[in-house]
Amino acid sequence: MSFLAYAVAAWLFLIGLYGVVTSRHLVHMVLCLGVVQASTYVLLLSIGYRTGAKAPIFADIPTSSRVVDPVVQALTLTDVVVEATVTALLLALVLQAQKRFGTVDPDEIGSLKG
Amino acid sequence: MTRRRRTALFLVAAVALGLLLVVALAGLPGVGHYHGVYGLGIQRIAVAQRKATDIVNSVTFDYRGVDTMGEEFILFTAAIGLAILLRELRGESRNSDEEEGGEEKGGEEDDEGDGSEGSAEPERRHRATSATLRVAGQALVGPLVVLGVYVVTHGQLTPGGGFQGGCILAAALFVVYLAGRYVAVARVRPLPLIEVAEALGAGGYAAIGIGGLISGSDFLFNFVPLGTSGNLLSGGTIAALSTVVGLEVAGAFSLVLSEFIDQRLLRGGGT
Repeated sequence: MSFLAYAVAAWLFLIGLYGVVTSRHLVHMVLCLGVVQASTYVLLLSIGYRTGAKAPIFADIPTSSRVVDPVVQALTLTDVVVEATVTALLLALVLQAQKRFGTVDPDEIGSLKG
Repeated sequence: MTRRRRTALFLVAAVALGLLLVVALAGLPGVGHYHGVYGLGIQRIAVAQRKATDIVNSVTFDYRGVDTMGEEFILFTAAIGLAILLRELRGESRNSDEEEGGEEKGGEEDDEGDGSEGSAEPERRHRATSATLRVAGQALVGPLVVLGVYVVTHGQLTPGGGFQGGCILAAALFVVYLAGRYVAVARVRPLPLIEVAEALGAGGYAAIGIGGLISGSDFLFNFVPLGTSGNLLSGGTIAALSTVVGLEVAGAFSLVLSEFIDQRLLRGGGT
């Protein structure tokens, strides 16, 4: 029984969160959020993994082959798409923040708002 | 709250969260010992049932087709939202440009931008793109488009599908931007066409879903003849849905990239 992949997922989640909390730049913060989301990919894929199994694509392997779970792979695909859209929207908001406050330091923006 | 206190508070919370994660993850079966009923069942029956050899796409575009429609609409909405956010910025730039007479040379933190594309183009001296980048970029565009179309249309057979192929197609546009100038991008990037592609992608998905209803079954029912497993025309609606998603993704990401590139040019960068 190996739990290394789960440990990687937990580590990515926590270190990404640490980055978000201590960030001094909004773009850096958005990228840290991406690290947090990357942990969900690792978790999903490692849940569906089967030792010694192939990819769930039967183009050139017999249908009786041992393959990994296709459902979590499809979920990961959804996850990646959502992350891409979230990142794009947040970066647009960063541009707006820069425009409105003249800074991209989250602390300064907070203090400006009062 | 000061920075130091916030970090300290986070560290305490992180330790607690980490412990909870350890407890929760320890309850899962070990990596490699998967025994989910749904996943194991679907991989046994999917090829026989849907004739598509890429089970991931069978799940994405057929068994979980409704979820994927939601996912596609998320992308659609986000692209529109981003365009609205950034175009508002562009409007502001134009206004301030009128007030200040477009005197600024750009590059400062609170720079108001340098006006619309029309007036910015002739004035601004673009930093020359290196010959290597230009040649490599131009050589890449064709193969990228072919690869993108291939990945979109072969999703039911091999790894790929609409989302992946759409990204590659949008990347081709970005390579044009890298290789040339904004002018070239503006020429190969007719914004109305991108928006039409995006709308067709989103609408087409729903239309294929309604096709299932018309055929006398459920929404998104796979109503097209399934063909022979391994052929390009197999898997029924999976290929069609993959293609409209490819259109949608290529449109959405092209729109997003174009909006960011426009911002870059407005805010005082070169090509």
